[in-house]
Amino acid sequence: MFEINTLAIVFASLMAFSVLLYAILDGYDLGVGILLPLESKDDSDTMIASIGPFWDANETWLVLAVGLLLIAFPVAHSHVFKELYLPTAILLISLVLRGVAFDFRAKAAFSHKPTWNRVFKVGSLLAALSQGYMLGMYVMGFENTFAAYSFSLLSAFGVAAAYSYIGACWLIMKATGQLQAQAINWALKSGGICFLGVIAVSFVNPLINSEVYQKWFSWPNTLLILPVPLLCFALFVFSYIQLRQLPKVNDKGCWRPFVAAVLIFFLCFFGLAFSFFPYIVPDKLTIWETAAAPESLSFLLWGTIVVVPVIFCYTAFSYRVFWGKVEELRYH
Amino acid sequence: MLETLMLSRIQFAANISFHILFPTITIALSWFIFFFKWRFDQTGEPVWMRAYRFWVKVFALTFALGVVSGITMSFQFGTNWPKFMETVGNIAGPLLGYEVLTAFFLEAGFLGIMLFGINRVSPRIHTLSTLIVAFGTTLSAFWILALNSWMQTPQGYEMRDGIAFPIDWFAIIFNPSFPYRLIHMMIASGLTAAFFVAGISAYRLLKGDNKQAPKLTLKIALTVASLLAPTQIFIGDMHGLNTLEHQPQKIAAMEGIWHTEKGVPLLLFAVPDEAEKTNHLEIGIPKVASIILTHNFNGELKGLNEFLGNHPPVAPVFYAFRIMVGLGILMLTIAWVSRFQLWRKKFLSTWLLKFLVIMTFSGWIATLAGWYVTEIGRQPWLVTGVLTVKDAATDIAPENVGLSLILYLILYVVLLVAYLHTIFTMAIRAVEIEEITDDERVLSTVGNHMTVKR
Repeated sequence: MFEINTLAIVFASLMAFSVLLYAILDGYDLGVGILLPLESKDDSDTMIASIGPFWDANETWLVLAVGLLLIAFPVAHSHVFKELYLPTAILLISLVLRGVAFDFRAKAAFSHKPTWNRVFKVGSLLAALSQGYMLGMYVMGFENTFAAYSFSLLSAFGVAAAYSYIGACWLIMKATGQLQAQAINWALKSGGICFLGVIAVSFVNPLINSEVYQKWFSWPNTLLILPVPLLCFALFVFSYIQLRQLPKVNDKGCWRPFVAAVLIFFLCFFGLAFSFFPYIVPDKLTIWETAAAPESLSFLLWGTIVVVPVIFCYTAFSYRVFWGKVEELRYH
Repeated sequence: MLETLMLSRIQFAANISFHILFPTITIALSWFIFFFKWRFDQTGEPVWMRAYRFWVKVFALTFALGVVSGITMSFQFGTNWPKFMETVGNIAGPLLGYEVLTAFFLEAGFLGIMLFGINRVSPRIHTLSTLIVAFGTTLSAFWILALNSWMQTPQGYEMRDGIAFPIDWFAIIFNPSFPYRLIHMMIASGLTAAFFVAGISAYRLLKGDNKQAPKLTLKIALTVASLLAPTQIFIGDMHGLNTLEHQPQKIAAMEGIWHTEKGVPLLLFAVPDEAEKTNHLEIGIPKVASIILTHNFNGELKGLNEFLGNHPPVAPVFYAFRIMVGLGILMLTIAWVSRFQLWRKKFLSTWLLKFLVIMTFSGWIATLAGWYVTEIGRQPWLVTGVLTVKDAATDIAPENVGLSLILYLILYVVLLVAYLHTIFTMAIRAVEIEEITDDERVLSTVGNHMTVKR
């Protein structure tokens, strides 16, 4: 049996890790959905084929993240999702719609395909917007103020832009020719919006929350944490330069923008987690106050230690199987 | 104006009823599909591959609906039933956690390879992937039924300050009703999938499909149904005896027994009257309920009078039970008659094919009816003896719950119509495809995620 404080830390880390992986993985497939061009049939088929084998597993990280919140911090789970009741309902309905549209578009009568394409695009967009809105409300501590709502709306568009950005970078890696050129264009635009969004959140967050301010701007913390925003900025610049130069001969370095985007996601997430730790509900509940019974968490932890590495192995295997450019991805 | 409690109950019932439709098919259909693929590997007969290719597409669609409708569940526990996790979360949590970790990721991870990877991995790895997906769906059922059964017949825990703490995980997972409920549900899934496969195959034959694959799948499905239907009746009976031991008030509601009596008749039909505490228009067979449940002509069965204020509403449990059992007997009859005719004549007459088409989704109705019996039969408890449904409810404004409920209901109706329409569209498309020896050409006419070759 493990000690309760250790367990709280371990499960909070696991949950944070799942949220991050979810944002990166479902981020790129939601992004591809948002970018789906409705008028070009071939491109939309290629784009959907590029995420086909992965989206289901990607979404499972959300189930795990929410599941871990429910299991390890049940009080926080009720608190957060009661505050976010309606945005959650919209998120779920969007995820349902886009998930089924993925299959219906290929299997329903041909005449219905454009409709399901539209459902896929709108569902992806709404899912990203509602996630961003929920993130905004969370950061603002679920206040019912005009400022909180405006910030959450900003955050909604920020997250949608971030997902489009990583989705476009994914496509640069997976596509060729005209579509790849289009994806580079998309990445430049959405990357720019994403950059502004990150800056906005970085300024607003410490300004509205004095504890967050304390964390970032107290000596020597500032010095230790300074590399995070600097690195993030450098990565945006790097990504911009790369995108300007792509496509190169033999498609050299087509993976660089995606890797840069993943690192940016990681750094931004780290920044947020650093701001709020050890609070699980900002300013209200800490992970220590909300953790479930140690005997339950221990029981689950043993399984986690065994199962999570296995999950990584077969996820890696799956990515290896579908490595490289999308070509004639068949469904059967 | 409905209260938050009632709206939450309707919403949860709607979500879980919609969700269970799809896993009920895919849990067993995945094993059918594995069997087709495995037979193809063994024999190299193209007909097995054709059977596999048609059914794997049906599977993919059904599975997607199951996955996305399942995500809503993990949010609802916290939003609509906060006291559930706060009271028994120490037990429910790890069981749900193991479901996600061991089953969901397994299914999702290998589903991609199963659906899209057939030309990218070796046949052996591909068949193994279909096996792992099948195993994953079954494992998922294992964990979720362990939790549900624990809520029906809890053990292996102790209460401290109103919160349940685990003492013995083995006792928690293998609680008294779990083995029966698990087997009952697995066979229910088998029957649902068997009638689903039989119904769609029969539909293709009726539409003039004279290819080998639908005839083969029809035969296999009927064989499976003929074997599972009687097994299910036997297991169901054992499950009932287990319920009598642990939740006698549920049995009293199922059988419509208002007062404890001996030599209880088996009611084929009745109209239970909660206010008068009696049944109207009873049609029953004397002493049979006593024989079934106690194996004694004059066996005593406890009536609802022994559980005043602590028993479920009678009418829904009573009717749902009769729908389930009635459908079970109908499924047994139709499976045996069809299989017998197929054996003697080598083909099925048109009326039987039509009947099988009508029965395509009979498993859904029987499964839902069965779940209504057991879940409504648990009322007023959420976790028997530990937490009532009323105490677990949320304090969210009824308008919000009402709004989300309306959105969900619209969504479910749209998706159900689209699903049924698409399944039959796929069947018709399969009829129209010419039997071609070149598998690649068969594929391209099916018209799926084909992308431009560059």
